[in-house]
Amino acid sequence: MEIIKKYPNSFQWLFLLIVFFGLCFGIDVPEGYKYIRSIAEYSKDPNLSSYNLFGIEVRYYAYDTLWRLPPLLGWLPIWVNDSLFFLLNDWMPIEFWNADIKEFQTRPLILQITRVISATMLFLIEFIREILIGGIKTVVAFTSWDWIDANPWAELPGIPWTIVTAGAFILGYKLNGKGLAIFSAITMIYISVFGQWKPSMETLSFVLVAAPISFLLGLVLGIWAYRSKRVEGALNPILNVMQTMPHYSYLVPIMVIFGVGDHAGAIATIIFATPPMVRLTLLGLRKVSPDVVHAGKMSGCNDFQLLFKVLIPTARTDILIGVNQVIMQCLAMAVIASFIGAKGLGWNLLLALNQLRIGLALEAGICITLIAVLLDKMSLAWAHKQTDYFANLSFFERHRYGIFFVGAVVVGLIFASVGSFYFKEGFNYLYEVPHNKGISGEPFWNAGVDWIWDTFFQTLKIFNTWLIQDVLQPMRAAFLRMPVVATFVLVMGTGYIVGGIRSALVVGGFTLFIALSPWWDRALVTAYMATFGVIASGIIGIIVGSLAAQNKTSTKIVLGICDTLQTFPSFVYLIPVMMLFGVTDTSVLIAVIVYATIPATRYTIEGLRSVPPALHDAASMSGVTPMQRLLKIQFPLAFPHIMLGINQTVVFALFMVIIGAFIGTEDLGQYILKALSDVKGGGKGLILGLCVAFIGLAVDNLIRTWANKRKKLLGLEDY
Amino acid sequence: MLTLINYGGNMIKAIKGLIVAAIISAFSLAAYAADSKKPTRIPVHNWSSQIVMAHVIGGIIQDMGGNVEYVPADSNAVYESIRIGDVDISHEVWQSAFGKSFDIARDKGGLLDWGDHEARTLEDMGYPNWVADKGLCPGLPNWEAMKSEKCWKNFVTPDSGGKGRWLEGPQSWHQDLMPQRLEALGLADNWMVKFAGGADALWAELAAAKKEGRGTIIFNWTPNFTDGAGFTFIQFPPYFDGCRPVDGGDGKCGSPDGYLKKAVNENWTKSHPGAAAMFKKLSFNTSQIGAMAAYVDIDKMTHEDAAKTWLKKNKKVWKKWTK
Repeated sequence: MEIIKKYPNSFQWLFLLIVFFGLCFGIDVPEGYKYIRSIAEYSKDPNLSSYNLFGIEVRYYAYDTLWRLPPLLGWLPIWVNDSLFFLLNDWMPIEFWNADIKEFQTRPLILQITRVISATMLFLIEFIREILIGGIKTVVAFTSWDWIDANPWAELPGIPWTIVTAGAFILGYKLNGKGLAIFSAITMIYISVFGQWKPSMETLSFVLVAAPISFLLGLVLGIWAYRSKRVEGALNPILNVMQTMPHYSYLVPIMVIFGVGDHAGAIATIIFATPPMVRLTLLGLRKVSPDVVHAGKMSGCNDFQLLFKVLIPTARTDILIGVNQVIMQCLAMAVIASFIGAKGLGWNLLLALNQLRIGLALEAGICITLIAVLLDKMSLAWAHKQTDYFANLSFFERHRYGIFFVGAVVVGLIFASVGSFYFKEGFNYLYEVPHNKGISGEPFWNAGVDWIWDTFFQTLKIFNTWLIQDVLQPMRAAFLRMPVVATFVLVMGTGYIVGGIRSALVVGGFTLFIALSPWWDRALVTAYMATFGVIASGIIGIIVGSLAAQNKTSTKIVLGICDTLQTFPSFVYLIPVMMLFGVTDTSVLIAVIVYATIPATRYTIEGLRSVPPALHDAASMSGVTPMQRLLKIQFPLAFPHIMLGINQTVVFALFMVIIGAFIGTEDLGQYILKALSDVKGGGKGLILGLCVAFIGLAVDNLIRTWANKRKKLLGLEDY
Repeated sequence: MLTLINYGGNMIKAIKGLIVAAIISAFSLAAYAADSKKPTRIPVHNWSSQIVMAHVIGGIIQDMGGNVEYVPADSNAVYESIRIGDVDISHEVWQSAFGKSFDIARDKGGLLDWGDHEARTLEDMGYPNWVADKGLCPGLPNWEAMKSEKCWKNFVTPDSGGKGRWLEGPQSWHQDLMPQRLEALGLADNWMVKFAGGADALWAELAAAKKEGRGTIIFNWTPNFTDGAGFTFIQFPPYFDGCRPVDGGDGKCGSPDGYLKKAVNENWTKSHPGAAAMFKKLSFNTSQIGAMAAYVDIDKMTHEDAAKTWLKKNKKVWKKWTK
């Protein structure tokens, strides 16, 4: 009894595990149970059970409810889908005059509205795009296709790449001095010389529309949530779901509602990029000390002034980090958005991969990363730059960057016109290096892939066979062997031990939704892959992070690598990985580990480095060895923060497991991917996405509750 | 504009219509003579021949004085987009892969069947020629060769559970057709089906298997860029209508000799009658499609350049469609 009182927690865990395994071994696999690979298997078997709800027939295999719950929510995806279809196709038809064919036609109201929104978005994107690379659509929007046909001179010319490069250089210099200026110039020159100018500007143009909209939306929602507890309460779960739902799952609904094209890509990007902005705005406003607010009030600010002159300027740093997050998220979506019609680097990258031209895809991928890093550095520099209110500058000093830029424009124009004489035949390389007419390192990259193949293939094959046969397949079988009741005991029991009855209910609720969906088996496979990925990434991330955190230089280098990998499109390395490891779970898991190790590493480094130096000194004085210091002082203090990193690792791993469907998996991702090319897949995509989100949110709830408790115990500030 | 208000009885409806019409006409033009100058929106998918053909058709329309625009789109979802008018035409409707999506959209109205190409298509399981040359499965391309242990043993992979593996395309392409076929032909004891995630997974497998010199059976189609390197389709019992399990058959059959169809949005045929007439006449054969793909996949041209080259070299072929 003494022991139980001393370690109550350990005994709770022990008891939980005994019950869990007892249930697992106590409940036999029902006869005739098999993993359902596809929907077609539901259509022919006479042993199926079925029920009718809302006029939708749901067919399923009935097992003992302790083993698998019946899919009582099976009607939901179809119902969502039918509602969406009804809304877009039949609800409130409106007559309108179709000027193209000179006829009256009817179109449902919603479709009409969404098409107007689409047209507006598209106009904005085309407008920015045509400033950068030229075109006629902006002019057409104000005139007509007939007019432009009669007046072909009215085409927007686009800006020569030399001028954009000079502009980026000057902006970089203005924001953060020489280093950033040189980096900007190198980025632009790389993009141009490698013939990626046009697609890069296409990508940039849709980022430049999506990012400001996300920013504004996020700012407004963040302020609103700050001012009203109720709004915050309502917004929080929505943001949670938005941040954990795989982006594929809402691509189909967006495509159905807004149509395909750049605008659809931009809308998907906005949905993806807004949540961090809302959160950071709220965080920033919360951090403003009450003294500042009082000071503002005492100076007689009204609500509006208080917000825009006091609160937002004070929270500036956090809000601008939000901007930076928005930009990163936008570029992370560059490839995914091209699934629903966004042009640019992402689309070219997918095309190159479809032709198995890895080198070409890699170059496009590097462009995306470079643009992301450049915009990231610029926005951060802007965030850290404070206005100097006391400087007394002359006209030239105040406007010198503008003057330099004007100079650059003139020089650029001279170059471009000289170019037009010099490159009489074909392309004016001083104006724009045409797509795929630049240098390409493709042979080099391909040789690299060949070399990796020749050197490592045989070893990797042995490893791969072992991993699949002795680790992955047994692990997958074990996950599928879990009776549903055992899963609930494990999940809710963990919830209870970690956060009491409330956590148990929350986590149980998430699990129940998945268990009642028709995809429980698939969710188990997703869970198995994510679990493996999280364990491996967590171990690698914590080890690499602890090593890197030991000194400043290595910290900087490793964080830089993390940034790069985070924006580098994973599709590029999927192909070489697939060639080495085949269309197997190993390939998927390698991609998962590459991606999910990023947050584990980053948070470990941050956690360890935030341990106060005074404690280090105290430890050194007590005569600890460096190893003892790491294990006894740094780790325990940094652990809550590291666990938040693991939390992110879970979300990243789930995202990548879902993207793994492009390699070939048999989990929720396969069906999400399938919904993508199914016009009736909107509802399915959303509900499948919710299932994935709920796995993530359940884990999130557990880790967050635990970390908060732990932080309180350690007397650390609550985030 | 004013005529709208005469729309009588239902005033609200008319006003709503008016507002919408005003918004619409702000983005479009009022009068036209022959073909509207509004661009024809041509979808581009993710395989070479389709993209080059999109640019070839675009080139022809431009030659006729029209405007074009290329929209990246998913190859199955595109029919719904054409139906509601987000995209105007589709020039490669493969019977086996997209026939069903096409039928659904056509039956809902708004999308028209605009005739077939001369080229016929085949989409089925097959193997790169060197698999046969190495004698990995004696007796191919006849499907019965796969019954022998000498054959299926060479197609086992770590995760196939000791059986030979067929690498099928994504499950969204033909659902359970292949597993059902294995079952029906009595091959299921020694063969299994793995679904790849996409076409690039298939090509990666092809490249990897070649490097390793191991046997592979993958799903593929023709005309495709793999034709050049040598690819043979397995000869299954011939297809006939109703042989597939979804149509009530026993599943003991291969894929049909399929059509390659063209589809259009109904309104587009009215606003662009000239281009629509051209598109109706337009028809490519297998070697023309192969040539378009080869410019990109073998000569490494860009899709735009490939289309320009093809148009320049084949003026005789396409000029007659424009008249």
